[in-house]
Amino acid sequence: MDQKRSTLNLFENIDLATELRLGLPGTDDQPEIKTSLSGNKRSSSEIGSSASCKDEDESSFSPPAKEQVVGWPPVRSYRKNILQVKKTEPETGSGMYVKVSMDGAPYLRKLDLKMYKSYEELMKGLQEMFKCIIGLYSEREGYNGSQHALTYEDKDGDWMLVGDVPWEMFISSCKRLRIMKSCEARGLGDFL
Amino acid sequence: MVYSLPEEVLEHVFSFITSDKDRNVVSVVCKSWYEIERWCRRKVFIGNCYAVSPAIMIRRFPEVRSVELKGKPHFADFNLVPEGWGGYACSWIDEMSRSYPWLEEIRLKRMVITDESLELISTSFKNFRVLVLSSCEGFSTDGLSAIAANCRNLRELDLQESEVMDLSGHWLSHFPDTFTSLESLNMSCLGSEVSFSALERLVAMSPNLKTLRLNRAVPLGKLSTLLQQAPQLVELGTGAYSSGIRSDVYSALSKAFLGCKELKGLSGFWDVDPSYLPAFFSVCSRLTTLNLSYATIRSPDITKVINLCPNLQRLLVLDHIEDSGLNALALSCKNLQELRVFPSDMYVADANVTLTEQGLVSVTQGCPKLQSVLYFCHQMSNSALITIAKNRPNLTCFRLCIIEPRTPDYLTHEPLDIGFGAIVKHCKNLSRLSLSGLLTDRVFEYIGTHAKKLDMLSIAFAGDSDLGLHHVLSGCESLKKLEIRDCPFGDTALLANVAKLATMRSLWMSSCAVSIGACKILSRKMPMLNVEVIDENGTLNPKLDNCLVEKLYVYRTVAGPRSDMPGYIWTMDRDSANKI
Repeated sequence: MDQKRSTLNLFENIDLATELRLGLPGTDDQPEIKTSLSGNKRSSSEIGSSASCKDEDESSFSPPAKEQVVGWPPVRSYRKNILQVKKTEPETGSGMYVKVSMDGAPYLRKLDLKMYKSYEELMKGLQEMFKCIIGLYSEREGYNGSQHALTYEDKDGDWMLVGDVPWEMFISSCKRLRIMKSCEARGLGDFL
Repeated sequence: MVYSLPEEVLEHVFSFITSDKDRNVVSVVCKSWYEIERWCRRKVFIGNCYAVSPAIMIRRFPEVRSVELKGKPHFADFNLVPEGWGGYACSWIDEMSRSYPWLEEIRLKRMVITDESLELISTSFKNFRVLVLSSCEGFSTDGLSAIAANCRNLRELDLQESEVMDLSGHWLSHFPDTFTSLESLNMSCLGSEVSFSALERLVAMSPNLKTLRLNRAVPLGKLSTLLQQAPQLVELGTGAYSSGIRSDVYSALSKAFLGCKELKGLSGFWDVDPSYLPAFFSVCSRLTTLNLSYATIRSPDITKVINLCPNLQRLLVLDHIEDSGLNALALSCKNLQELRVFPSDMYVADANVTLTEQGLVSVTQGCPKLQSVLYFCHQMSNSALITIAKNRPNLTCFRLCIIEPRTPDYLTHEPLDIGFGAIVKHCKNLSRLSLSGLLTDRVFEYIGTHAKKLDMLSIAFAGDSDLGLHHVLSGCESLKKLEIRDCPFGDTALLANVAKLATMRSLWMSSCAVSIGACKILSRKMPMLNVEVIDENGTLNPKLDNCLVEKLYVYRTVAGPRSDMPGYIWTMDRDSANKI
């Protein structure tokens, strides 16, 4: 207690000509000055009003909306940018799940492309999942007499016939799969 | 009669004294020592480029070979310093180009340097060896081309975290065929692709290359080629660390890492595909530094890596490491000296990421050599801080950032005063401290009382009154850098401690309660200080003494007021247009 008193005395001895006091300048004499400060950042003027009245509860501060606090949290902008970019990218992680739709089926399925090492394996997996027969298109045999054809959407958003490119290239560009009825898929085949 | 040692002997003795502080002490022993010392000083460090002028430096130290300069205030890193503030390297480079023909090393931090200056560097110093541009800006890849083309003896080019205008990736091709001296290259900040063939050629021509930090655009598939050319690398920064599923890439990479027997430090790891992580497992046992702070891999993957790195001294990582990963770190890495945990989500605690104060407590418990901590988290308690302080009294740097401002102790809902109080009380060699969470004036009383070795203090959204600031300014004897934002600190404490400011490098106060009137008084009382008032919004009326200042930057100087201030900075200087 005594220590606090002596500290206050120290403050009282400061140059009186400048009329400094513990309260914030402008709190007593010139209320109009405060309104001219409205251009200042909100946090400044809020702090001003609380500093003059030490008993005021900290919680009466309503902190600015998070996005508006410049420079907080103290993370450099190149770090922020990298992480934000990361958030909008699809989950690549372990497992390469793509949606699979089949024409006429009420629900879509999801398939981990990493589970397969070749087109044959993929076909087998799909056939088991959808209980259908899918044929890989070939120039000679068409759809091999099957009812369905497999297509995929690539990175550019185009729908492509499955089977043209090497397996690795396929799985790195495949965004989703669609099992079409082979009669509809014939159009795709005709362009090849 | 006192005989003194011959000059040559003293010079020889002084040559063993390399630290700036020691050199400065030596120079004030007596006049002859001052003279001898100034002629043989080879390295100069200037912590604030406006504290002294190039002319003064050159006049006093005529035979310098290495200069290090820092420009903008630290808070510039977080966008608190407006554009055009200053920190221009131009006048320094100009004068040094005339007076230091034998200059070998230039290190700049938070400064603005132009392509013209880079070109001048490349042509002025025949023996130029080291260029480090840390968090700098104002230059483009054209400037780098000049450096590459003309610096025949270049050993180190480090662009750490600088903002470079990326005009072309071909600057690398400007290194001549005869160029073989490169030891260190850090281009990790560059946005676009560099010419890979130029990069490959450079690496192949550089038998002494020890440090190579690539940028994100260098594909993983090319990394193994580079590593094969440079198996002697000690520090590597990868580019993007994913490549689709390419077993050929994986096996080549794995083989290349196996060949790197000297590798001690790894960084980079943008866009990590966890399936490629095992490719570098063979080097883990030797790793002393690991920077995974761009890798958004999850805790199990991070833990797997950590468990393989018993010699780790320095770890930078995202909060994806979670408490479980930090527990593993505490168990596996007994040589850990520095830990930095960065937030993956800036604003809201990610429900999927369980990183709490417990992780930090574990590490301080398990790692006896831990000295330096930077930790972002969402919750903290006084009891955890007290435990940390008691576990690790050897901490020298403690920077805690609880992301939500003014967050209290989550267990007791009290302020975190006693927690941080314990830190300063137990960690007697603490030289750097950053505070966060709910804090009253009391924490500053503890800091003023105990933190006698504190060199740098960062305060945000803390304190109740001027008493807080007064405790710090009157108590912290070693304080050199003080940066404050959004605190109710104002005129009284500032004016009660004016003499203190002359013993410090700098003081930054933004969104506090300092008035123009106080700045005027401070300027008048302390002519050796530059008192710069930043008025970005243009709302300042310098005639109204009660007007609060937005941002204040005060620093000691022997160079007088600076001549390159932008229009939004006001000072007391009679000659400047912006007079307060």
